[in-house]
Amino acid sequence: MSFPWAKQYTPTTELGQWMDDRLPVPRLIYNSLGAGYPTPRNLNYMWNFGSLAGFFLVVQIVTGIILAMHYAANAGIAFDSVEHIMRDVNSGWMIRYAHANGASFFFIAIYLHIGRGLYYGSYKAPREMVWLLGVVIYLLAMATAFMGYVLPWGQMSFWGAKVITGLFEAIPLIGQPIQELLLGGFAPDNAALNRFFSLHYLLPFVIAGVIIMHIWALHIPGSSNPTGVDVKGPQDTVPFHPYYTSKDGWTLGVALIFFTIMMFFLPNALGHADNYIPANPLSTPAHIVPEWYFWPWYAILRAFTFDFLFIPAKLLGVLAMFSAILVWFFLPWLDKSPVRSGKFRPKFKMFFIILVIDVLILGYCGGAPAEEPFVMISQLAAAYYFAHFLIVLPLLSRLEKPEPLPNSITESVTGKPLNTAS
Amino acid sequence: MVRIFGILIGLFFSGWLLVSFGMGAKEYYTNRPADTAEHAFHQHAKDISFTSDGPLGKFDRQQLQRGFQVYKEVCAACHSLRLVAFRNLEDIGYNEAEVKAIAANWPIPTPDIDPATGEMSTRASLPSDKFPKPFANDVAAGAANNNAIPPDLSLITKAREGGAPYIYSLLTGYQNPPADLPAANQPGPGLHYNPYFANLNLAMAPPIAAADQVSYSDGTSATIEQMAEDVSAFLIWTAEPKLEERHQTGWAVLIFLLIATFLGYLSYKTIWADIKAEKKKKEAEA
Repeated sequence: MSFPWAKQYTPTTELGQWMDDRLPVPRLIYNSLGAGYPTPRNLNYMWNFGSLAGFFLVVQIVTGIILAMHYAANAGIAFDSVEHIMRDVNSGWMIRYAHANGASFFFIAIYLHIGRGLYYGSYKAPREMVWLLGVVIYLLAMATAFMGYVLPWGQMSFWGAKVITGLFEAIPLIGQPIQELLLGGFAPDNAALNRFFSLHYLLPFVIAGVIIMHIWALHIPGSSNPTGVDVKGPQDTVPFHPYYTSKDGWTLGVALIFFTIMMFFLPNALGHADNYIPANPLSTPAHIVPEWYFWPWYAILRAFTFDFLFIPAKLLGVLAMFSAILVWFFLPWLDKSPVRSGKFRPKFKMFFIILVIDVLILGYCGGAPAEEPFVMISQLAAAYYFAHFLIVLPLLSRLEKPEPLPNSITESVTGKPLNTAS
Repeated sequence: MVRIFGILIGLFFSGWLLVSFGMGAKEYYTNRPADTAEHAFHQHAKDISFTSDGPLGKFDRQQLQRGFQVYKEVCAACHSLRLVAFRNLEDIGYNEAEVKAIAANWPIPTPDIDPATGEMSTRASLPSDKFPKPFANDVAAGAANNNAIPPDLSLITKAREGGAPYIYSLLTGYQNPPADLPAANQPGPGLHYNPYFANLNLAMAPPIAAADQVSYSDGTSATIEQMAEDVSAFLIWTAEPKLEERHQTGWAVLIFLLIATFLGYLSYKTIWADIKAEKKKKEAEA
């Protein structure tokens, strides 16, 4: 596609030739996932999580379709239908635990994938569209996961739905109508459960569509790499297949080993006990917490405890929580440093490590009860989060003096200059 | 432009968070909330293990049957088990005839509709029936129990933080309130002090009050601890009846994956061998 030395697809059979003249699907696969896609030879293991996230999306879609065959989206029987899956459906417990834990593994993969992009400057020109589509995928995944957690109609499902849709109430004028539209009523009930189920089934396919665009946009400039230096010639790349298919393949096995340990031996470790209590609008759980992958944003939401002039604290929290993710859309223009990889930006590297620790702290506080000292800690951590993206990165791209870059990928790999390497 | 706007928004959010932190910290240190009695007197679940614990865990069927006996003779008077069917008892070692007899002799009849008149009626339970509820509805359950509705026990070990050890601790944790317990936290009428319960006072009277409350047919001595442990084990099974199947399948999957991943690693090494060799050669030249 993007490089002149990319291998060309040549049908080897008559049927292959016939197909290629009419509907060249094999050619498309060859060029996007096969030997026709030249990939930088120096990708490290951080480049494995994109395909892993894609794999877990497929796991979610397959297990989800099977669960939908037995699940009943009705507030009266939803909880019992999940227990019917757990007890009476053949291997239903396995499908459900795979789906519940698969969501967590999808988010683990996607967070590592985003972290890779942030550190190695994968969002910079010419890959801005890849990054922007990635943020869209993340937002869709959050919506899908949230609605999926409502479906078992346990206590956390119900109260999570109430709290999250209640956030929209904070928006002046249009907030109340938006909340009623989302819920189909004034509080979560059958109407909300039904539309959440419908959308929970729809959105993964939308995600799959955006992923196709994400990969398409990636394959125009080709993959980035740990040095951040552009591909200069054939010696810098290897064909995607079999080199990266084999690498992604065996690390998929490693990921599945962790997945197996979680879903067979600790299936409820990432969930919340309260969701095994049927939804009860008259009894509020002591601590309402979302799933772990939302904790950092939940901490930012709760960090705003004081009104600012005429803006209520709740609205500030909602704005900040959405801004915390929306800021990623502006990242390619906030960080204008021409050097992509954090490897050659010593100060950026330091701030990046602080950001990772900061988000982990936010996550811990988001899962903890809304008490001191967690609120104070999340205030400091949230302050750094915004400062990192909106103040540190723009200033750093002006002030920092990056280390010298290698002339090419091959030089960085072999330590020999490019002109003699070929 | 983007960066100027960005810096302004960043200064606003971060600045206001720091101001909020300052105000919150001042409030916290000048007006520190006192530790609550619920927090100070609360005790964490006792350390107790069950045969079903861990990745190799299996149920002890003798114990589950004893636990079922405790449920039947003690808990079932107030607590439903609505997600479990009599037929499921075959999983804990009863045979078909025994299950039939248990269902038929269950003290609470199963609600039904008279096929001749269409009137509400009751009948003896069949193995295919779920355990009938002791109360017709939540209002009746509340009215008979000082307005505290006894929770369904089917999922109780998964629906409570701390799981089965928490249930065991609760059953064995009733005691007289300590002398220094604030008056506001003293058990009111119809309440019972139990430090393992989140707000310290529990509406349920000690259900297992004396040794030999049930007489075990297998000769096990029915101490309070033994009965509490047995019924907790039984409730692990009611909450997760497929636990053994899950553990077994997990090991099979894990062993398969270990082999497949190792083979995958070897093919990865083989495929990359030429690239790595080329790199080594060039490093040597350089």
